[in-house]
Amino acid sequence: MEAVKTQDISVNDLAWKIEYHADRCTMCGSCVASCSFKAIKVETQAQSIVVSTDSQPKPEHRHVARPIIKQVASLTDFCRGCGMCEKVCPNNAIHPVRNPDSRKTLLSKDAGPIKRGGRTNLNAQRTLDSIIVGRISQMTDPSLDAARHTFDIRSPFGRVLSAKELPFQMKDGKMVMATKTPPVNWIYPLIFSDMSIGALSTRAWEAVALACAYLNEKCGLPVRMSSGEGGMPVKLMESDYLKYFILQIASGHFGWNRIVKAIPHMVTDPAGVLIKIGQGAKPGDGGLLPAAKVAEHVQAIRGVPKATLSSPPNHQGLYSIEESVQKMHLSLNAAFGFRVPVAIKCAASATSVSVYNNLLRDPYKICGGFFIDGIQGGTGAANEVSLDHTGHPVVSKIRDCYLAAVKQGLQGQIPLYGGGGIGMTGNAAADAFKMMCLGANGVFVGKVLIQLLGCVGNEQGRCNSCNTGKCPMGICTQDPRLVKRLDIDKGAQKIVDYVLAFDAELKKLMAPIGNSSIPVGRSDALVSTDKAIADKLGIQYVC
Amino acid sequence: MCRIGSIKSKVPVHPSKALHLMLPQQEGHDNSGFAMVMQDLYGIFSTYKDKPLLSMACTQKGNQMVEEYMDSHNFVQLAEWIPVPNKEPGLDIQAMPYYVFRNYDFPEHYNELSQKEKEDVLLNTRLALRKLLEDAGEGYVYSFWPDVLTLKEIGDPRDIATYFHLWEDNGCLSAKNIVVQCRQNTNYDIVRYAAHPFFLQGYTLCANGENTFYTKNKEFQKSLHRGYIGFESDSQCFLYTLHYVLHELKWPINYYKHVITPLPFEEIEKREDKDVLTAIRQSLAHLEINGPNTIIATLPDHRMITCCDSKKLRPVVIGQDENTVAIASEVCGLNEIMPDRDMTKDIYPNEREVIVIDNELEVQRWKQ
Repeated sequence: MEAVKTQDISVNDLAWKIEYHADRCTMCGSCVASCSFKAIKVETQAQSIVVSTDSQPKPEHRHVARPIIKQVASLTDFCRGCGMCEKVCPNNAIHPVRNPDSRKTLLSKDAGPIKRGGRTNLNAQRTLDSIIVGRISQMTDPSLDAARHTFDIRSPFGRVLSAKELPFQMKDGKMVMATKTPPVNWIYPLIFSDMSIGALSTRAWEAVALACAYLNEKCGLPVRMSSGEGGMPVKLMESDYLKYFILQIASGHFGWNRIVKAIPHMVTDPAGVLIKIGQGAKPGDGGLLPAAKVAEHVQAIRGVPKATLSSPPNHQGLYSIEESVQKMHLSLNAAFGFRVPVAIKCAASATSVSVYNNLLRDPYKICGGFFIDGIQGGTGAANEVSLDHTGHPVVSKIRDCYLAAVKQGLQGQIPLYGGGGIGMTGNAAADAFKMMCLGANGVFVGKVLIQLLGCVGNEQGRCNSCNTGKCPMGICTQDPRLVKRLDIDKGAQKIVDYVLAFDAELKKLMAPIGNSSIPVGRSDALVSTDKAIADKLGIQYVC
Repeated sequence: MCRIGSIKSKVPVHPSKALHLMLPQQEGHDNSGFAMVMQDLYGIFSTYKDKPLLSMACTQKGNQMVEEYMDSHNFVQLAEWIPVPNKEPGLDIQAMPYYVFRNYDFPEHYNELSQKEKEDVLLNTRLALRKLLEDAGEGYVYSFWPDVLTLKEIGDPRDIATYFHLWEDNGCLSAKNIVVQCRQNTNYDIVRYAAHPFFLQGYTLCANGENTFYTKNKEFQKSLHRGYIGFESDSQCFLYTLHYVLHELKWPINYYKHVITPLPFEEIEKREDKDVLTAIRQSLAHLEINGPNTIIATLPDHRMITCCDSKKLRPVVIGQDENTVAIASEVCGLNEIMPDRDMTKDIYPNEREVIVIDNELEVQRWKQ
């Protein structure tokens, strides 16, 4: 007993405990080999056992030394509950079990604040689940047929002018455009959110990109994908597929050296540019790519040495929103000849309406979209205190911004996109539909996509290890051995199938309310079983 | 669902013809009200065609309030028709004490005003009168415009017609354009303002259907124009959009359909004018109408139009004889008032068509 101190870490201090059945274990070693966190190890254990080998019972007491699988009691090499051991075990001999008595959060601050990936584990409330599509066409007007009617599921991405500002002139009895208007692309209202090459493995990023291209080329759904902060492969930028991508510029400007150099060689325009000001998962923080993930190809794309890449919290040189509009929006618009819409992404905040008002009133009419990212958004790496304790839910924020525009008669002029927790419970279509009824033009999803690729992380503390470079699914890692676990084609297929189902489900929701085009702002179609939510969002309370 | 109808004629038509157009369709409506707007008036109003005509239903006090307001704003009363009702017992009508149809002359100093300024004065006056009577609960002002008469009431349209002597053509009331509907509001509260046709600055419109984009239409229209008020019925949105596109934006009539039922993006892409159509669709996305509808409207120049929703979920038919074109939800209405017309020439417009009837009764039929 003297060898054990009360400050020593035991397995019971950790968030997950390994349940191991030595009697089923064949000692194949697969679990240990597959555990990227080194949370289990092979150990020899002295055992006192009774055996009987004769045809008649003849118990015999033996002392043996046997190899077993044992959980490591460590605050660095700890089990994340990913379940890879269980996945590879041929005999169901091992699996992780959640430990309700965990003391890990308390104890593991020896090396400073806890960092992790994933999304908030504290504020995963589901406002959208207490909202129901409750205005169903019954007799007053017919419901549509989701399977047979045609639906026009498209959303604007770009700065929309008011009708009075349209430069129409009459020519032979018809109106024609006298001058250019800001570029607007009509896209599918589901955007693949910004996850960089670096945060994601090359294979994972490629799978998402492949799915995006397939949905466009084979399924006729103009889904767009944001590159994330970290650039894109030059070959892709110089290909025709660039038109499916929204280039992101964030505070670190990573990857833009290559993007700028590629501009003269681009054969088509990108779908848009997204200026990332903030991120819902860690508002006020810049991007963070731990050195463990800055592999050679990431260094090459971003033009950096192997080091932890901390993007600053702000775009340096921008001190006010006016400057942001004048400097960043104008220069990025100019970079692509004013042919490519430039949008902005902010973390949802108590100030979001002020930001939106500023953008709506900007005299250049140059902001092509306002992306609001809620607290339930994911990240590859952040301080846990930021993930769990900073941020703002997105649902009411989208509503607030939409109503602020309504008040001024400016709704629809700067498209609103909401993200952060869309699809958290598996049904992104229902979430998207409700967000659109509340005023969003569309939604963006990230976490859902990597979950389709195999990510098992969730908001109950499972895995959340995207920051370690040891992602057991080969998604958020640059370790070639781990990356190989991910099958690009299968991953892309999962995403394509999900989006096709999303499209069918969206129609299943549009049909009963009798709409063939997206019901942006149709708050009358929603009801809530929660009075507070109904009051806040201005929808009917029902019980 | 409502039934709607209209008559456009080379010779002035008495309202009883409009009633005959509507009554055979009564299985579709519910005889809960009667509303009509007459434009290009003859009979007792023919002398004052260029003078604004006030149409209202009110109490005695309401009438006094209006008179005081008009006096204080220097409008000069020229002529007045207060129908003497037939108050026989048993009539199904929730009548107001007074129905006033009164011509005014503009205040003298308004003569220098431009046409647009005069239009604004008329609208502002109607809005002010409406507010006056609404706040006091003393009546309803339906229209204040030259050569336009509006009558609306709650009850059985046959009894309402009896009450106002509309079955008897004594020559005092007729018009070349009548838009009519025989039902009170059905989805929302029964208030007289909710019964279509609706009227705004020369534009009259009634609609048969459901506007499932009512909320977003309404939220947008409220900020577009001071005259876009009330919203007692989701059909008012159609009128306001018509007024906005033609009167405010001054776009040709062809573009109205592109606003309320825009083409799908795939079809826009194939069009030569795709840049214009796309710009319209994105700038006026909140004026799109989604849901089953048929619209009948009269424009300030008295052209009459009709069109349907993009899925053709509501019916409409146009029939014509030598002197008259009539539009109705159901063909039985046309058969009643023009049984001898050539039925093979009846038009059943499709979901992408707009029908425009000019004052020579030439029927234009064009694709969106």
